[in-house]
Order: sequence, then C-alpha cells, then structure tokens
Amino acid sequence: MAVPVDAERTDETPEGRLDLETLELRLLLEGVYRQYGFDFREYAPASLKRRVWRRVHAEGVRTIAGLLDRVLHEPDAMERLLLDLSINVTSMFRDPTFYAALREKVVPVLRTYPFTRIWVAGCSTGEEVYSLAILLTEEGLYDRTRIYATDINEAVLEQARAGIFDLEKMREYTENYVRAGGTRSFSEYYLAKYEGALFERALTKNVVWAPHNLVQDRAFNEFNLILCRNVMIYFDRSLQNKVHQLFYESLERLGILALGHKESIRFTGFEDRYEELDAQERLYRKVR
Amino acid sequence: MRELVAIGASWGGLDVLRRVLRALPDDFAPAVVVAQHRSPESHPTAFRDLLGAVTPLHVCEADDKDAIEGGTVYVAAPDYHLLVERGAFALSTDGPVSFARPSIDVLLASAAEAYRERCVGVVLTGANADGAQGLARVAELGGAAIVQDPGSAARPEMPRAALAAVPGARVCGVDEIAPTLLELCA
Repeated sequence: MAVPVDAERTDETPEGRLDLETLELRLLLEGVYRQYGFDFREYAPASLKRRVWRRVHAEGVRTIAGLLDRVLHEPDAMERLLLDLSINVTSMFRDPTFYAALREKVVPVLRTYPFTRIWVAGCSTGEEVYSLAILLTEEGLYDRTRIYATDINEAVLEQARAGIFDLEKMREYTENYVRAGGTRSFSEYYLAKYEGALFERALTKNVVWAPHNLVQDRAFNEFNLILCRNVMIYFDRSLQNKVHQLFYESLERLGILALGHKESIRFTGFEDRYEELDAQERLYRKVR
Repeated sequence: MRELVAIGASWGGLDVLRRVLRALPDDFAPAVVVAQHRSPESHPTAFRDLLGAVTPLHVCEADDKDAIEGGTVYVAAPDYHLLVERGAFALSTDGPVSFARPSIDVLLASAAEAYRERCVGVVLTGANADGAQGLARVAELGGAAIVQDPGSAARPEMPRAALAAVPGARVCGVDEIAPTLLELCA
C-alpha cells in the first residue's frame, strides 16, 4: 500500500518559528531583491541553499546573515553571489541522444520554414548555443536561422560571446559530438590556443546575445524552437509554471519546446497545450 | 514515523541494492531514494529495471519536482544531483561534488534537512568517501544512520569513511540491512 508522504508541511518548527537557516536565507533573498532587483525568492530551496553556503564559505563569513551584510554593502560581493546563483553548469552536446533527436525530429520541421527563430533561454556560458550552431551548420540551416541566446547574467553572456572554452574539456566534447551524430571532425570548429579552445567566429554570426530575466521579463519575440534545458530545475514549482506561461506565449503554433532529460511539463498546467514529439528527449510541440 | 530512506552506493552497489530491495515487504511504507554512482552513458533503463525485477515496490527514476510518495523506490538519474525537498525532489546540474554526480553527500544532506528525524541514511559499498558528510548530517539532525559492514563490502572505503564520520551508525551485513530498516521504520 502506498502511503503519500505529507507534502503540506511548512518551513516552521513545532514551536511555530522558522528555523534560523531558513529565516536567514529568506532575508538574504529579500535583501538582494530590494537592493539589486534580482529575484531569487522562488528558486528551489535545496540547491539554492547549497549555492549560498558555498558563497558564505568563499567570502570567509560565518553565516548567511553575514553574507547578507556583505552583499548589501559591497556590490562586488553581489556580483560574485550572482555568478554563483545563476551559472548553470553544462557541456557541449550534453546528452548526445538529445542532439541526435534534434537532428532527426526537429531539423526536418525547421527545414519547412523559410526562416527560423530559436531561443536558448538561460544560455549561461554558451555551450548549448555553440552546439546548436554546429548542428545547424552541418544541416545547412544555419544561414536562415537566428538564435537568441539570453541569460540573466551579463558576465556569463560576455564569456559566451568570447567563445573560448577550457581546452581540457575538448576530449569530452568531442566524444559527445560524435555520439550526437556530428558529421565532421570536432576540432575543425576551434583553434587550440594556450589553455583555451577558441571557437570559430562564423558559429555566432547569427546569434543575438541579450540579457533576459526569465523570472521578471516578458516575451520579446515569437519562436519556432525554444531550448531551456536544466534551467528550470533551479526554480520552484510556482515559478516554473510562470516560465511555462512565458514560453507558451513565445512559441508560434507548432513551435517546439525542448526541456532537460529529467524535466517534464506534467503538472505545469500546459500539458494539454503540447504533444510529445519525443518523450524520452523531452521535446514537445505546441498544438493549441 | 520514518518516512524516507536515502541510500548511497558506489562500486559493487547494484548487487547489495538488489539484496536489500528483495527483502523489503510490499507494504514498506517509507519512500526509498537511491543514489548509485554510474556512467551517464549507461543504458537509460537497465539499472532501474534490474532493481524493479526484485521488488513489488514501484521503481522509477526521479524527475525534477516529482512528488515523493511512500512505498516507491526512486533512483537518481546519472549526471544530475538528486536533492530532496519537503515532499518533492529537485535536481541540479551543479558541478560534481567529490568527483561524483549524483553525489551521495548531496542526496543525504538534503534528505536530512527536509525530513530530519523522519529520515534514515544508508551508506553502502564504494571505493571513495562520498556519503560520509551527508550521513553525518543525517545523524546530526536526528535521523537514523546505517552503514554496510566494510568487511562485507565489495569495496570497503566508502563504508569505512562513513563510519569514521558517524561512529554511532548501525553496522549491518548485507542481509541485515533490510531487517534493520524494517525495525527502524516500524
């Protein structure tokens, strides 16, 4: 017999108080929001807490309240916290089977359009954007595509735009590329220089890098394809639903939404607006 | 009163997990959450299927924000950290912790913080020290700690590290783990 575990528990202790850590975390997020305008109040608490504690230790303070004090009085510390809270770690061609499905099931759809607009939402340091540009180049579609690559954090956009990636990662990325069905030699796309791999400028000629905050900003265009993989896992359920509303408004009819392997549109309120293009790879097509 | 059992396993873990799950009854009430170190290139359903074959409990890979239900075995997907929140899972792709993703420390610590004394942490066989810090957090917040007897483990390093961090943990041979869980969750 399956016994449902109580999901209605609150953050409060039996005495009705918030535990101290939760209280400090809320104060930090409120302070960051009021002073700097970045809203992390609806981020999923477990990973947020880990990221905040990492910054607490790195700043050499003792508590989350100590971090709040530093962040409020030192804008540089806020910059560092923003990096910690907003960088999503990814790799080129992460989940090769996803890129194989993109080639097999999404590219034929895109071919039917004279021009394609793609939004990579929460692009972080750009690994996914470069992967996508490589794939579209090989499929002969890149010249009639514009990729809007957005992130909340302008520092990571700058990094993405520069197109220099860790040389040590190239072996892993090459393996991913091959397993994703790449048709050339991966090393054709970059120049090894010092410690970095500098990616070909042509890959970003149709990329528009722009700051956009999924939590607070509105729709800004209509797209044939939106990629938002492993970004919303950092959001709580209610914020996820808001972002799904934004994506739904931003997709053209029959537009495609790509989520991460372990993300689902079940229970978001938008399940019936999409049909599954590939259930395993979490590719959904807007049908109504 | 125990609602969640969080288990970490590495080298040699599959065999032990199968023996533990096989010995759990079909009315086992808590949710069971398993983080097993494995390659992201491994077959997408093989691990889950191998566990599912030995137990009547429902076995699935946890999706982000899935509700945590009792009587279900949740497996951490490779290449993601699996975190426990109150009543639901949250995933993360933050960098590996002690070279591991999923990290057993991350699973156990988050489970401890969400479920406190209603949580049981278990560290099984493995050739590293992952899980020791997480198990310490379980014990610190009033949960129960179980460590596989290092002498019975395919690789003893991980249970040894867990015991060094939580000297008061219950030490169990492979076939004593399920009965101990039943006793703790009664």
